[in-house]
Amino acid sequence: MSDAGEVERVWREERGRLLAALVRRFGDLDLAEDVTADAIEVALERWPVEGVPPKPGAWLMTTARRKAVDRLRRDKTYAARLAVHQVDADRADHAPPADAAGSDGGLPDERLQLFFTCAHPALPAEDRIALTLRCLAGLTTPEVARAFLVPTATMAKRIVRAKKKIREARIPFRVPGPDELPERLPGVLQVVYSIFTEGYAASSGPTLQRLDVADEAIRLARILRRLLPNEREIAGLLALMLLIHARRDARTGPDGSLVLLDEQDRGRWDRAMIEEGRALVVSAISGGPVGPYGVQAAIAALHDEAADVATTDWPQIVALYDVLLALTPSPVVALNRAAAIAMRDGPEAGLALLDDLTDEPILRGYHPYLVARADLLHRLNRLPEAAAAYRQALESAGTDPERLHLERRLHAIQESGRGVAGTEG
Amino acid sequence: MLLINAGATQDGTAEGCTVEDWMAYDKTVRDAGIFVSGESLADLVTATTVRVGDDGRRTVTDGPFAETREVLGGFYVIDVADLDTALDWAGRCPGARGGGSIVVRPIADFDV
Repeated sequence: MSDAGEVERVWREERGRLLAALVRRFGDLDLAEDVTADAIEVALERWPVEGVPPKPGAWLMTTARRKAVDRLRRDKTYAARLAVHQVDADRADHAPPADAAGSDGGLPDERLQLFFTCAHPALPAEDRIALTLRCLAGLTTPEVARAFLVPTATMAKRIVRAKKKIREARIPFRVPGPDELPERLPGVLQVVYSIFTEGYAASSGPTLQRLDVADEAIRLARILRRLLPNEREIAGLLALMLLIHARRDARTGPDGSLVLLDEQDRGRWDRAMIEEGRALVVSAISGGPVGPYGVQAAIAALHDEAADVATTDWPQIVALYDVLLALTPSPVVALNRAAAIAMRDGPEAGLALLDDLTDEPILRGYHPYLVARADLLHRLNRLPEAAAAYRQALESAGTDPERLHLERRLHAIQESGRGVAGTEG
Repeated sequence: MLLINAGATQDGTAEGCTVEDWMAYDKTVRDAGIFVSGESLADLVTATTVRVGDDGRRTVTDGPFAETREVLGGFYVIDVADLDTALDWAGRCPGARGGGSIVVRPIADFDV
């Protein structure tokens, strides 16, 4: 590998840890980002000439720390902030735990603190996602902006606003204690899962999936799992994402159109990813109370294990949805449960449940609800109603592949309708 | 700074807590050594609003006529290390109960 390639690799691996350690030390995200960038610049100049040092992470850390101290000496504003921060640090007495030393020559891994800072409940949800992508996934601001289809200037403003709140409201860089963790961890998991879902099913735009965004979410969940190996919901979330992501290649047709589960070429599913996901499901749902991500992962595993839709274990999927509905009662879960019941007991039973949900405000205009209803009407051969339902669903389709898929269904109904009319006439 | 937006009841006291709750909280804050200043405000009906329009003219009205029952009932200025600590104190404030809420805001630091 070329030195530039090696720098790139080290950069990618070390950036998050470096940033987190510097934030903890200097209490300022902007400063930490600036000196992390400075350090990599020095590395890019020197490593190709002098060779990559034996402990590149520690080397980058030392360089960045020196740069930070230089800046603080020059900049009175930063110096004042640092003084405040150090007083706080002494008062709070967070000495790093003895086992915090990382794999690279004692560079401690403080990314967990950064996860909780970026996902702090005092920040608006959209800012949490943006900050996590920026600080922990290491995406640039234009990349984060592209991932959420907003102008770079808008995203830059959002990130500046979030950093300002962290600094001025003094959101601490800390891992919540065991008593607070149950309250705070779901927020972190929610951020990671939101990143994944944006990658898995883009809310709008020309393509259905943005695989790089989904990959980043999985990478973040892997880091989280390494940092908090005993939290079973992290295993559940990672399993869920792997088991869904395993189907990515089969989810779109050659023309980019959406291919639903029942029509996917299961030979194109990623077997290795499924195996990894299944193993994680076991640790997520055994030996203690199960969480919502673990249950959803178990459902995804049942889909991934089946050879086709007909042999899918629908009774067990329905049972898992019952558990999920008890854990997190919501119309969206009820909708999915209804779809599973339609597979177990027939479309009539499913449609009756869906019609019970018509008055749920969340589901009004909710695309998956409209599609599920259209599909069941189609299966019941109630074609005029199905056509009307597809038209309604089309109005709420966010991406072109979804639209294409629905237009095809609608077209098929109209064709068969014409056929019937033809034989009659 | 903890701004106490307590849900006011008919008789002017805050909802979901007693006078004793307030006294106990007040004592805890002072005993913890974090108390800087604070006041509890008189009943809302005594409030008056002043606005200055674009033309520079001052209008004085009775009010505020809050659409919700949440009104500023008082405040504490406390000196704590970070937001999490402040949120913890806010959560213990009786004004947070019974539909009330506490807004936590840092004091602006103009030296930096």
